[in-house]
Amino acid sequence: MNDIIQHHPGDDLLLAYSAGTLPEAFNLMIASHVSLCDQCRAAVESFDAVGGVLVEQAGVDAAPMGTDALNAVLDRLSDTPSLTPARAAQRRPGVLPAPLQDYVGGDLEAVRWRPVGMGVRQAILKTSDAASARLLHIPAGAAMPDHGHRGTELTMVLQGAFVDENEYFARGDVECADPSIEHTPIADVGADCICLAVTDAPLRFKSVLPRLLQPFFRI
Amino acid sequence: MSEPNWTIYVERIRDHRDRDAFAAVFSHFAPRVKGFLIKGGADAAMAEECAQDVMVTLWNKAHLFDPSRASVATWIFTIARNRRIDMLRKERRPEPEDLNWGPDTEPDQADILALQQETDLLKSAVSKLPDAQRDLIEKAYFGDLSHREIAAQTGLPLGTIKSRIRLALDRLRHAMK
Repeated sequence: MNDIIQHHPGDDLLLAYSAGTLPEAFNLMIASHVSLCDQCRAAVESFDAVGGVLVEQAGVDAAPMGTDALNAVLDRLSDTPSLTPARAAQRRPGVLPAPLQDYVGGDLEAVRWRPVGMGVRQAILKTSDAASARLLHIPAGAAMPDHGHRGTELTMVLQGAFVDENEYFARGDVECADPSIEHTPIADVGADCICLAVTDAPLRFKSVLPRLLQPFFRI
Repeated sequence: MSEPNWTIYVERIRDHRDRDAFAAVFSHFAPRVKGFLIKGGADAAMAEECAQDVMVTLWNKAHLFDPSRASVATWIFTIARNRRIDMLRKERRPEPEDLNWGPDTEPDQADILALQQETDLLKSAVSKLPDAQRDLIEKAYFGDLSHREIAAQTGLPLGTIKSRIRLALDRLRHAMK
């Protein structure tokens, strides 16, 4: 299902996702990518295994639990059988991977788009302030508004594709852009492109009008 | 002294709601979770509360544990991480789409054993690391390194556990079709 994904988040991000040290918006990005990419799912679970070893080997520094901790915990346990997951209900095929559907409240039809000019629409997803996440809808063949970066920006394709600096990004592919890169992704002509974009700094658009609008649109 | 097979303990918790098995898992892991959290900067009271919550979650979610993809220690690490984020930052941590095994895709014994062997290899590789490198890895897990600093840490002795987990995922995908 996922051998066609060419562009993956770096191991640094996958490790930080496993460690639990990323801001919420970046966690959402990695969780969404991993939902589509078993290669990165295996990498994340390997980093989890390193975390397991660190817990296991905390033995030398183990901190004794409070004297009555075990009884306190036993009192909280219920004897009813743990529930078998209804797997059918958990698989929600759609354009948006399950973690994104949780934020949107459904698949694409539930997204509340807002126009941001030149045919581009966006929907900001509510995450903690440390970083921001939004869905972008770019008409087929159109350019994303020209922008540079102050922070790290990750963009993942959910539908359609875009081309940036001669590289092709299709569903599941993640482009990582750091502050030194000025780039102009252009949606492939085949279909409108829908992306998830997260950044740890506000985007700065180069044309004057979008910059003036920036405070209103939170972009 | 050889270490107990914790996977069997969790299966007893899952299948028989076995409180003795739970007490054994608790005695081994709860102080380790607490120690791990304190090392990561948590105060003792918060670490104690978090470790207790982790153990309750282990009991409640025993049916979601997949021993062909994770050791008990790994699974406990992920529960502790999530609880810690919840307590410290009061925000959710988005999880990937579930690939949980159910009664119809009970993992293969050979896969479980293979994963245990990989975990033992990983454990001994980590314990043989020079102190300085081990400190860096711990720092990465406690959020004390920037992404760039983590990226420079290429020395994680992951071995072949990734390909082992990938195999287990492929089988699960196949069974889900």
